[in-house]
Amino acid sequence: MADVKVADKKSTISFGKKERRLLTDPLDSNNPITVQVLGICSALAVTTGMKNALVMAIAVIAVTAMSNFITSLLRNYIPKQVRMIVQLVIIATLVTIVELVLKAYAFDSYKQLSVFIGLIITNCIVMGRLEAFAMANDPYRSLLDGIGNGLGYGIILLAVAFFRELLGKGSLFDFKIIGNTAEYLVNTTTTPWLSWYANNNLMVLFPSAMFVIGVLIWVHRAWNKSLVDVS
Amino acid sequence: MENLLNIFIKSAFIENLALSYFLGMCSYLAVSKTVKTAFGLGLAVIFVLFVTMPINWLINTYLLSDTGVFGLDLTFLRLILFIAVIASMVQLVEMVVEKFSPSLYNSLGIFLPLITVNCAILGGSLFMVSKEYNFMESVSFGLGGGFGWFLAIIAIAAIREKIKYSAVPAPLRGLGMAFLLTGLMGLAFMSLMGIDPAAFQ
Repeated sequence: MADVKVADKKSTISFGKKERRLLTDPLDSNNPITVQVLGICSALAVTTGMKNALVMAIAVIAVTAMSNFITSLLRNYIPKQVRMIVQLVIIATLVTIVELVLKAYAFDSYKQLSVFIGLIITNCIVMGRLEAFAMANDPYRSLLDGIGNGLGYGIILLAVAFFRELLGKGSLFDFKIIGNTAEYLVNTTTTPWLSWYANNNLMVLFPSAMFVIGVLIWVHRAWNKSLVDVS
Repeated sequence: MENLLNIFIKSAFIENLALSYFLGMCSYLAVSKTVKTAFGLGLAVIFVLFVTMPINWLINTYLLSDTGVFGLDLTFLRLILFIAVIASMVQLVEMVVEKFSPSLYNSLGIFLPLITVNCAILGGSLFMVSKEYNFMESVSFGLGGGFGWFLAIIAIAAIREKIKYSAVPAPLRGLGMAFLLTGLMGLAFMSLMGIDPAAFQ
């Protein structure tokens, strides 16, 4: 008992170098999608448009951060045998809340994301960070770790959605940029030297997300050479 | 009967959980380094889908809907109850396999509890709810979905085993290559899109 008291005294709420690394590591060297191989399922289906990707990223950041926080608060009281079920119940409750909030405030995004909001429960990032970090660390740092990993996930999601939407539909955030009707910023019918341009419809289909992420991993690991062959 | 066979073929090939909807990708990419582990995981996924789909259907129809036992619309509890059922079923399967076939249990290792967070299991149940199947149709859907996922993971494990000996650029080795391969397989499966098995009767 005395050991636990000493450990709690040492964990103060400060924002030093270690805490900053909890937020920035998942953006680059410990990225959940490209390095840890987590959270890939939902990263593929929701990246057809940047608006949906942004909504999904915010939902995952919220769920990861809050579930990390709550599990870390409860970590000394969860019996070992039912550990997984307790974690799943915490995550499921949070995801249900997020789903209801989305249904109320962002209904068209909710309609398009449909099944994949529920699949945040099985999003390996949430479970993975619970097991790897929240079960062994204090609530403040677990919260930071959750936010960091959510941000890392969100960046990859937005990057994939950027390419898929720009090349596939010619728009960004539903703001039409390049195409062949009058509303577009760069109108391919009135600009004669661009009249050959047509949207790449492959980018709207599911497999293109795989190609984009594969190339992203290629670029990331060529830039950060320490990550080659890590998974 | 033909309807059940149609649903099996549709969920195994035309709307393959792994290659058309990209569900269950985490374990799919992490476990597919050798065919042996992929085989074990695929079998476990078939079994879990086959068992949890009917139970989830029963829960959804008789407990959660307003024509059920409670008479209230409790569909907001759907996610929690589904995942609780899946977690318990996986725990049960783990205990049964450990008792009756210790060698299989040892070879599956950590992958058995990992099925709980496999998106394909929960995704399959949610698809079943959105497509409004009846009981037998949901069993067929579960079997077909599991079988399709099994085929997909065996295929990519076989390809990855061979490609380990090819001259892939260093940054693309391993995970990046797996993504590109899965994308190509997904493209191939898209050729099956739009086939209606019922049209062949």
